[in-house]
Amino acid sequence: MISASVSTVWPAEKQPHWLRRMGLLRSTAIVLALMVTAPLLVLALSWTTIDGEIWLHLAQTQLLRLLGNTAILLMGVTIGVLLLGVSLAWLTATCDFPGRKWFDVGLMLPLAVPAYVMAFVMVALFDYAGPVQVVLRSWLGPDVSFSFRGTGAVVLVMSLVLYPYVYMLARGAFLAQGREPLEAARMLGCGPFAGFFKVALPMARPAIIAGLALALMETLADFGAVSVFNYDTFTTAIYKAWYGFFDLQTAAQLASLLLMLVLVGLYLERRGRGDARYFQTGRRQASSGRILLRGRRALLASVFCGLVFSIAFIVPVAQLAYWVIDGAWRDWDSRYLGLVGHTLSLASIAAVITVLAALLLGLYRRLHQTKMANTLVRLATVGYALPGSVLAVGIMLSFNWLDAGIADLQKALGLPVQPWFVGGVLALILAYTTRFLAAAFGPVETSLERIKPSITEAAAILGAKPAEITRRIYLPMLMPGMLTAILLVFVDVMKEMPATLLMRPFGWDTLAVRVYEMTSEGLWQQAALPGLSIVAVGLIPVIVLVRRSAH
Amino acid sequence: MLSCLRHLIIVLPALLILGCSDGSEDKSSVAEAKPDKDEIVVYSSRKEHLIKPLFDRFTAETGIKVSYITDGEGPLMARLEAEGERTPADMLITVDAGNLWQAAQKGLFRVTDSEVLEQKVPEQFQDSQNRWFGLSLRARTIVYATDRVKPEQLSTYEALADDEWDGRLCLRTSKKVYNQSLVATLIERHGEAATQEIVKGWVDNLATDVFPNDTALMEAIAAGQCDVGIVNTYYFGRLQADNPDIKLALFWPNQDTTGVHVNISGAGITQHAKHPQLAQQLLEWLAQGEAQALFAGLNMEYPVDPAIEQDPLVKSWGTFKADDLNVDVAGRRQAEAIKLMDRAGYR
Repeated sequence: MISASVSTVWPAEKQPHWLRRMGLLRSTAIVLALMVTAPLLVLALSWTTIDGEIWLHLAQTQLLRLLGNTAILLMGVTIGVLLLGVSLAWLTATCDFPGRKWFDVGLMLPLAVPAYVMAFVMVALFDYAGPVQVVLRSWLGPDVSFSFRGTGAVVLVMSLVLYPYVYMLARGAFLAQGREPLEAARMLGCGPFAGFFKVALPMARPAIIAGLALALMETLADFGAVSVFNYDTFTTAIYKAWYGFFDLQTAAQLASLLLMLVLVGLYLERRGRGDARYFQTGRRQASSGRILLRGRRALLASVFCGLVFSIAFIVPVAQLAYWVIDGAWRDWDSRYLGLVGHTLSLASIAAVITVLAALLLGLYRRLHQTKMANTLVRLATVGYALPGSVLAVGIMLSFNWLDAGIADLQKALGLPVQPWFVGGVLALILAYTTRFLAAAFGPVETSLERIKPSITEAAAILGAKPAEITRRIYLPMLMPGMLTAILLVFVDVMKEMPATLLMRPFGWDTLAVRVYEMTSEGLWQQAALPGLSIVAVGLIPVIVLVRRSAH
Repeated sequence: MLSCLRHLIIVLPALLILGCSDGSEDKSSVAEAKPDKDEIVVYSSRKEHLIKPLFDRFTAETGIKVSYITDGEGPLMARLEAEGERTPADMLITVDAGNLWQAAQKGLFRVTDSEVLEQKVPEQFQDSQNRWFGLSLRARTIVYATDRVKPEQLSTYEALADDEWDGRLCLRTSKKVYNQSLVATLIERHGEAATQEIVKGWVDNLATDVFPNDTALMEAIAAGQCDVGIVNTYYFGRLQADNPDIKLALFWPNQDTTGVHVNISGAGITQHAKHPQLAQQLLEWLAQGEAQALFAGLNMEYPVDPAIEQDPLVKSWGTFKADDLNVDVAGRRQAEAIKLMDRAGYR
């Protein structure tokens, strides 16, 4: 959905036999896409009646302001994540400076910090009553104060937690480019800056846009972080209609408008890119090919990376650790192991299933270059921009619809009526798949695109059997993208709150659930232990996979 | 690359098996996943640490298991509504009368006729048709900085709109139902036009942006960002328990007029409960004796039954005259209150 679509036709007879045989592929992909789009259909069905009074009230009192706020936030986050993500990716992928190897991994770590945790940590630290301002006032006098709950602070916090999406995908793209295109540009008379802006950046554009789209959709979907700042976005109106006016229908209508905006945005991006296609050789550069920074430049690069890493990771983690030591450790009990276990198992199962689903959709679209394939894929991945609770309810309602059908059957057979899906593990996993398919699809599709038809054709001409093509071309070339996707989904599921809350089976509490229990009562300190645990558990896959992708 | 592939081939199934075995090895979690025949199922927007100790005790005393999930009231009510007759839930526990009233409006509760509940829960704190019952009380009252405000300067909620408090007031966001309920009672007393003036006055007096929760608000008062605010009593209790020297105190407003605004947390038995008798047993158990004291005490709230002893810290705040309106006004006038606050610019 996000990255460049494949322009070349991919004739079926050139494919490995397992792909060709998969007439199955098509039906599976359609079923999958339907399943994932069902919650969106629920939203569309909400338009049967319109509560004019609430719409009028929202329009008169706030809709304009909320749209303005949302636009400002999106612009701010765009600038923030692009500046941070692209520059850091460029530095760590193509240059060498003290600490570079370490920052390779370190700069990815903020991905493990949930936005809502980052938000309350930062506000607790930097707002009026926080330790920073208290110390400042003790030095400079009682009149020193600033608000850390304004637009700037929201944009800062969101950028700090979301830049890793851009960093991760852009870094992969820069690494894959190798030095050759840049050297060619240099020979044609481009300076280093022109080379970057005219060659490296455009070549990495699909990856950067994919990362940016994830970041922006997550910004639109966010409610936890912005509500810490009481920063009203379009999502606020959705929740006002639902929690305030108890009108889920109007909330669903507002949410479907939000989706329309996202679809229009994605469409415009595609139009803007036009017919440009970017193929890469897929060769990784050797580390000797890096630009060696020296002296002041090296220092600047190290300081910049170190600064971002400190603010985005060290500071929040240190504050959480301080709270834990200061007393939040009392929250520890034997059930914590259960929380960690549930979190880990849900996240790993959901990550694998979601990435396989994304791969399936990607292959389907590649083999069937039809409008329907494109539309299905687009719809299947747009749910990422929906506020979590709204999507969660949509998913719950669609599973509930299945349960209702089964209930009729149970009644007809004289069996006791019992829900099969809602409140079961399966439904929860499928809910995660629905929610995070977009996060998995970006990296998977990017790596699918790298397998140019000519590569498999060449292999076939050289006499490679389909099994060998699969083993020596498909799997190795898909692996980095799939690992990235698994990591993204794993971490996202760990941080996920609304769907987990609504659909978890009895007793299946996760770390995020515990964070919710505390923060919704205003107990930020007590949320430190589960918050820190999420970060700690999230670090493992982040480090493993970044190491792997650095090879 | 090949090592990468091998790694994945080994790791993926392992993860799957690990993940699955987590569910099947651990017998207890499977038992929890499918409630037994004689097990009460509760949907609760009251948080786990406030209900689990009670359920544990109930199970110890009666042998009846209780399983539960917690979430916000919006999602829980949406789930209950969608599940209809298939719902496993026997009881919905939620905070704020506004939410209970909405749940009753949506037909999620059944009528529960119980002598015990009639006797223990004052009429003001239960549904007139016996669909829901209050279990604990919280007062939403004024908190002030003891080093900058004298209690004589304070009088009523309405008076916080006076010029005297210009730049000295802190409020929590109007998105929180507690503020919606407070404004709903003001509308009931003063009518819409006068209430809007009061709320506008509050907004004009704000020292800073509204806060996301009561605790952050009180910390801002303690730090000197503002001098007075409106909070729920138990948030103050938690802060005071952590930090007994904090320079904040509660003030009971409107003692010569309408009384302090009180709200409830409460519960009702669901329309399609599978174990209505057991659920009623639990509800009655919660409304009396030690359980009632614990229900309120865990969260430093007031027991709904005035005969029950209060938590010592809660008791130390003194007695007050409470507003005697039926709490269902919070539900009836909630939408009106939200619209009014929106118009007044109270975010």
